[in-house]
Amino acid sequence: MSGGVNATFAGAGRVKYFPVLAATLFALLLWQAVVSLTGLPKFILPGPIIVAEAWLDNVAIIAEHTLVTASEVLIGLLIGVILGVITAVQLATSRIARVLVQPILVFTQALPVFALAPILTLWFGFGLWSKIAMAVLIIYFPVTASFFDGLMRTPQGYLDLARTMQASPSRILWHIRIPAALPSLASGIRLAAVYAPIGAVIGEWVGASRGLGYLMLLANGRAKTDLMFAAMLTLGVFSVLLHLGVRRLTRDLGRHGV
Amino acid sequence: MKPAPGIMVKGSASLDGAPLFRPLSLSLEAGCWTCLLGGSGVGKSTILRLVSGLPTEAVFEGDVTANDNIAVAPRVAYMAQDDLLLPWATIEENVQLGGRLRAEPRCKQKLQDILARVGLSDHAGKRPSELSGGQRQRAALARTLMEDKPIVLLDEPFSALDAQTRALMQDLAVDVLRGKTVLIVTHDPAEAARLGHAIVVMTPDALIACPTPEAQVPRPVDDLATLECQAALMRLLRGQAA
Ligand SMILES: Nc1ncnc2c1ncn2[C@@H]1O[C@H](COP(=O)(O)OP(=O)(O)O)[C@@H](O)[C@H]1O
Ligand SMILES: [Mg+2]
Repeated sequence: MSGGVNATFAGAGRVKYFPVLAATLFALLLWQAVVSLTGLPKFILPGPIIVAEAWLDNVAIIAEHTLVTASEVLIGLLIGVILGVITAVQLATSRIARVLVQPILVFTQALPVFALAPILTLWFGFGLWSKIAMAVLIIYFPVTASFFDGLMRTPQGYLDLARTMQASPSRILWHIRIPAALPSLASGIRLAAVYAPIGAVIGEWVGASRGLGYLMLLANGRAKTDLMFAAMLTLGVFSVLLHLGVRRLTRDLGRHGV
Repeated sequence: MKPAPGIMVKGSASLDGAPLFRPLSLSLEAGCWTCLLGGSGVGKSTILRLVSGLPTEAVFEGDVTANDNIAVAPRVAYMAQDDLLLPWATIEENVQLGGRLRAEPRCKQKLQDILARVGLSDHAGKRPSELSGGQRQRAALARTLMEDKPIVLLDEPFSALDAQTRALMQDLAVDVLRGKTVLIVTHDPAEAARLGHAIVVMTPDALIACPTPEAQVPRPVDDLATLECQAALMRLLRGQAA
């Protein structure tokens, strides 16, 4: 166990890895135990070793489809965040926009966005763009809502101070309200990073010829359950990495707690 | 900078229909420190916000005028108990906030002079979180000075500081704000006795002008007349509370 002890004391950054590794190992053991005890056939529930073999056998195909899904997710994130930021700023600066647009935004949140996937395929075609649109639709609201919330909660003292300095609303927005709201934007973007892969995969399920979602459906249809699991776990790992990467990128945004 | 004007606040205020303070008239002598003392909730900050042109919860009927008949609010610099330093900006950027908000060209020399005067030259590039409470309040004072306004309004600016730091800040503030018309709101009789050319105690019914000691401001903390003034103010405040 000396490795574990070293990891614990080697530095704050490493401490987190040990529990993650332990939990992963535990999950794999549990998985194997369920398979062994129930004796389920491998086309119903393949064990971790079989899935690992399927992953290695198909690594090139999986990589190709991962690349597709990853592009959809990243482009979707970028567009969704940009649109969300623009909307939030518009809402925060214009009373008319708030009165007219805010109810619509809230109402569209009550609609099951997933149900729009088929129509998106109709509008944007079979390729990347219908999946990107799905991801954008899903992340647009959390980004808009959290950034808007931050923009509306600027500490009153800052606004009073700026006012005594004869500042114009647009300069107050740029120098005070936006920077003060960046931590809120950061949490919105982190939430978006969790939702974006879900959006892309749902888009792929409805109609696609590439991507991890497509690969999962394909494997399922051909009773290649091991490949289905391999693709699904790859998606899971990608999502976790995306989450960690986005958290790192947004760390500086969220650093100054106001 | 133009000579500092004298200011007159005349009027009454009500909060949700009930009177907050009755018709009063508060006169701030040009180039002097006026201390406004009173229990919490009597409307001291409200008066200060009225002078600085900020919105108030209470409805004010009356006016705020300067003896040179030029608008007051644009000539005001404002400093509160909370230092209001932007946590994401450096001390230097915070001190220059007014200029940045008005898109004015930077004035490096003025910035350096002011930072030197408040003793923060070595901290210009730091973030507010890296400074002590006293240093942060000095940065807020530097930001106020940078505004270069003839009227300065201070709302309990030193009340969060320990006694020693507070006395130092009072000395510094009197030094750097010399010649400006200053209105300082405080609940501390000792502060009022040290700093006020004029001392006014505010009650819901009236403003009570109090005699001030002979000594020059900032008065020594151990000056006998100053201590007596402090005691008299304390008696007055306690009488009001009873
Ligand atoms: N933002 C606000 N919302 C509601 N009431 C307020 C607000 N600000 C001040 N008041 C009320 O106005 C009155 C005067 O407040 P203020 O001028 O801040 O008093 P002081 O500075 O003397 O303590 C108080 O009764 C206070 O409750
Ligand atoms: Mg107050």
